[in-house]
Amino acid sequence: MAELTYRDAVARGIAQEMARDPDVVFFGEDVAAAGGVFKTTVGLLEQFGPKRVRDTPISEQAILGAAMGAAMTGLKPIAEIMFSDFFAVCFNYLANEFSKHRYISNGQTKCPLVVRTANGGGVRFGAQHSQSVENWCMMIPGLKVVAPSTPTDVIGLLAASVRDPDPVIFLEHKSLYPTKGDVPDGEIVDRLGTAKIVRPGKDCTILALALMVPRALEAAEKLQAQHGIDAEVIDVRSLVPLDTQTILGSVAKTHRVFTVEENPRLCGWGAEIMSIIADEAFYELDAPLVRITTPHCPLPAADVLEDAMLPNVDRIVERVSRTLNS
Amino acid sequence: MARMADRAAAAANPGINDDIGEQKRLEMYRTQVVIREAETRAHELFLQNLIKGTSHLSLGQEAVAAGFAAAMRKGDLTFCTYRGHAHTLARGVSIEKVLGELMQRDIGLMRGKGGSMHLTSEEHGVMGSYAIIGAHLPIACGSAWRAQYRGDKDVSVCFFGDGTTNIGAFHEALNFAVIWKLPVVFVCENNLYMEYTPIGAVTAVPNPAADRAAAYGLEGIIVDGQDADAVYRVALAAYEKARSGGGPSLIECKTYRYSGHSRADPAKYRPPGELEKWKQRDPIIIYRERLKQFGIGEDVIARIDAEVKREVDEATEKCKAAPPPPLELLTKDVWADGGYAWRN
Repeated sequence: MAELTYRDAVARGIAQEMARDPDVVFFGEDVAAAGGVFKTTVGLLEQFGPKRVRDTPISEQAILGAAMGAAMTGLKPIAEIMFSDFFAVCFNYLANEFSKHRYISNGQTKCPLVVRTANGGGVRFGAQHSQSVENWCMMIPGLKVVAPSTPTDVIGLLAASVRDPDPVIFLEHKSLYPTKGDVPDGEIVDRLGTAKIVRPGKDCTILALALMVPRALEAAEKLQAQHGIDAEVIDVRSLVPLDTQTILGSVAKTHRVFTVEENPRLCGWGAEIMSIIADEAFYELDAPLVRITTPHCPLPAADVLEDAMLPNVDRIVERVSRTLNS
Repeated sequence: MARMADRAAAAANPGINDDIGEQKRLEMYRTQVVIREAETRAHELFLQNLIKGTSHLSLGQEAVAAGFAAAMRKGDLTFCTYRGHAHTLARGVSIEKVLGELMQRDIGLMRGKGGSMHLTSEEHGVMGSYAIIGAHLPIACGSAWRAQYRGDKDVSVCFFGDGTTNIGAFHEALNFAVIWKLPVVFVCENNLYMEYTPIGAVTAVPNPAADRAAAYGLEGIIVDGQDADAVYRVALAAYEKARSGGGPSLIECKTYRYSGHSRADPAKYRPPGELEKWKQRDPIIIYRERLKQFGIGEDVIARIDAEVKREVDEATEKCKAAPPPPLELLTKDVWADGGYAWRN
């Protein structure tokens, strides 16, 4: 066991898989010699050499297209798109190409690739470098979508993503890069499609993802201390596949559900989960289903504005306590 | 015997290069006739409402597909566009599988799940037909990267139209392939029209692919796309360059499509006489003459024509009798496990 940052966990996760499998290659903009603009991939070039760790031009379509072609013909590429906002300039590959090729070829082809990207806000980068785009990915049949919240989950879910035979979008949260956690020694391999109860509770369920997980946990402590509300917090971790069993199990226990979503409100992941709960656990519910989200707005750059925009601890506490006390 | 005839013909016509040989020439002729007959049949089946959806024919462009395919080795990989029937047939995929897919029957190449625009046959090296303009150039780069990484000797060959040269992915892929020195060959089939608009009206340079080559440090290669021999020679040289570590090539083939952009297009925008002018340089007529110059008898040519016609007829009847795909395919093969489950 050693303390590791979320940032360093990325490099450790990639290294673990590259050391295991010579078919794993890693490439993207500024990822090799510079070690990544977020310094998430420092040391990989030195460890694995320029044949397996490669810098690319600013060509997101070339990056994702090349990842697909390499994956179709036998490699297991990990491609980095520097900011998830840039998915918009290479969206064809996510929406039309590697997500659909197995289906339209009647199962002839495969695309075992991972697209890593820095997602989410809180770093004052403004509207085009701060978005939470997990719902852009989640809505496309044929993509798996994961978003870890801790260093250990970064390694374990990245390993699971690389070993998965289907394309996986791996969303790292840029505000979590400096956060630390205890990480077990040795190989770490997790499973996609598994949510995690990170704080057991009996009065309500708070579903959260990525940066919203530590905020939900902090809110849960305040709810306990200030309002006597014992909240269960679930780190959803994997949007596709979605661990509905863990979620529905929690709903059956607490009967009250909240989501904390960093994405703008419309069509956020929480809407999908809430519709499942309304459909399959309606008679378990003792309170309205409440989504706490970023307003349906672009993100501002100024710190006071951005902080006010994203769901925060106080907003979670206020909304949960108001609902449970009404 | 055949080789003797070839040699004799070459001796009699000293201007004609004898590097290709009779066997290869007969193969290229046959491929062109297969494409011509199968696509002509596809058009007829449209008119009978037996092919639904859309379709993009390569009638008039057969020599490009035949020449590039004939120069390939087993293991080389083809990436093509929605106008991909020709390249799929040229790699040896059966007429029945192609027509079956166009007719959306269970015996189709992808059992009706992909349709005309997505013909894919991994066992023949046809790694897909891509219906979003430009998308497959970067994908071919990735395949070529795998070959380079593993030391495989195959070449990834990527076909696209003139219109593709104006989309971003074309330029990203060209630059990417050059800086990584990838064994990929980009083939622009310039058939003069970007869908319904003359390519010259929307492009900054007269040769949409070749004139852009210099921007990526590549030679601007233009070839007569109506002459399968010329195409074959250019292809062979580009493949050799790729296999020997020399990096990518960009080749512009001057050609012409006889039909409209797609099924819905009667191509009324063409100036009068243009189609007729190009038909005088019909690739199959040119090639028949070539075969005769090399001493190949009319009877050999007629036999190939008849065989192909029969194959197309048989395939048509078989496809007409074939059932539609079963509903069990509906949600199959979204994931590698064969299913489509997104939740537990």
